[in-house]
Amino acid sequence: MHNDNTRLTQEIIRASGVNPSKCMKCGKCSATCPAYDEMEYHPHQFVYMVESGDLEPLMNSKSLYKCLSCFACIDRCPRGVEPAKLVEAVRFAVIRQQGADHMTPDDVPAKLNEDIPQQAIVSAFRKYRK
Amino acid sequence: MIVSYFPGCTLKTKAQDLDMYARKCAEVLGVTLEEIDNWQCCGGVFTTVNNDAVTKLSSVRALDFARSKTQPLVSVCSACHNVLKQTNHAVQTDKAFADKVNLYMGNESPYDGSTQVYHYLEMLRDLVGFDAIKEKVVNPLKGKKIAAYYGCLLLRPSGVMQMDDPENPQIFEDLIRALGAEPVIYAMRNECCGGYVTMESPEFAAKKSKAITDNAASFGADMIVTACPLCKYNLEKNGNSVPVVYFTELLAEALGVKEDTQNA
Repeated sequence: MHNDNTRLTQEIIRASGVNPSKCMKCGKCSATCPAYDEMEYHPHQFVYMVESGDLEPLMNSKSLYKCLSCFACIDRCPRGVEPAKLVEAVRFAVIRQQGADHMTPDDVPAKLNEDIPQQAIVSAFRKYRK
Repeated sequence: MIVSYFPGCTLKTKAQDLDMYARKCAEVLGVTLEEIDNWQCCGGVFTTVNNDAVTKLSSVRALDFARSKTQPLVSVCSACHNVLKQTNHAVQTDKAFADKVNLYMGNESPYDGSTQVYHYLEMLRDLVGFDAIKEKVVNPLKGKKIAAYYGCLLLRPSGVMQMDDPENPQIFEDLIRALGAEPVIYAMRNECCGGYVTMESPEFAAKKSKAITDNAASFGADMIVTACPLCKYNLEKNGNSVPVVYFTELLAEALGVKEDTQNA
């Protein structure tokens, strides 16, 4: 799990601006995460898995699309690690690959109802599509 | 006072009340909201990776427009405000990002992050003043117990947003008091409603939203107020019987311009 992913790991760390080695593994990010129950890998796991270059499970995980971008883990981390920025950088590493959009315009009509605000659609696209 | 105004996509469509009452109330309070020419959608969420400049250009354009008018930039939607403020902060603190967006836009004078960005609530507190609002109240909302719902985007990331204490905010409650009502302080007022994930996991958003409305109700709230169309959607769709109202509508009621607007 080391060298194969070294470049991608470095790119994810660089694009996120996060220094995972600052983490003291207190778990507060996962404790405060509103998507915790929906996730296979939790925010604190993102931090140590990216740090150790164990990217493949994260890149294949639905957890990438469960983060609500609520900034709770970013605000409440006592070490300023900002785990959600790593979740986002891993998600971008996935959806920036050709054909890897998590949501496409064709998926949208089936997800709509009379009341859903435009804001939901544009936000989902920004998170799920490149 | 004249300010630049960024309404945002949803205020022109599903959240027209949020916009209409914001304009009506601003007029009463002596503020002119000057809508930005040819504004474009903010995108709803700020992407945190530092190599995604293009999705932030619409915000940079809006910020630059306000600078060209030497006006503060005001928005009402929590999401627009969050994206505008975070983008402004990125221009101020990330030189590579600032250089990239300025090269792309080709402005003669590069945008430098100097625009003051206000949420409408901050405009009420910092530019108008809650005391001045109190004096303009003609229909005090006496006896109403109102729960302010901040959600995520008004307060976080707090280092950038700097609206209020992210864990014990009071700006919304101070407004509610100025309007003559009683604010309800409840634990989940700054927790997430489920946001855009409601698109693909409505049941997940339902769990988040229900917990918030139940918590507000358990503290005796008659009403929940919010600034965010997506929060309002999630809370109404999935919550209990407590009504969810835009804060601008509440303000319009207290300032006596709600009926005027309806009869107009």
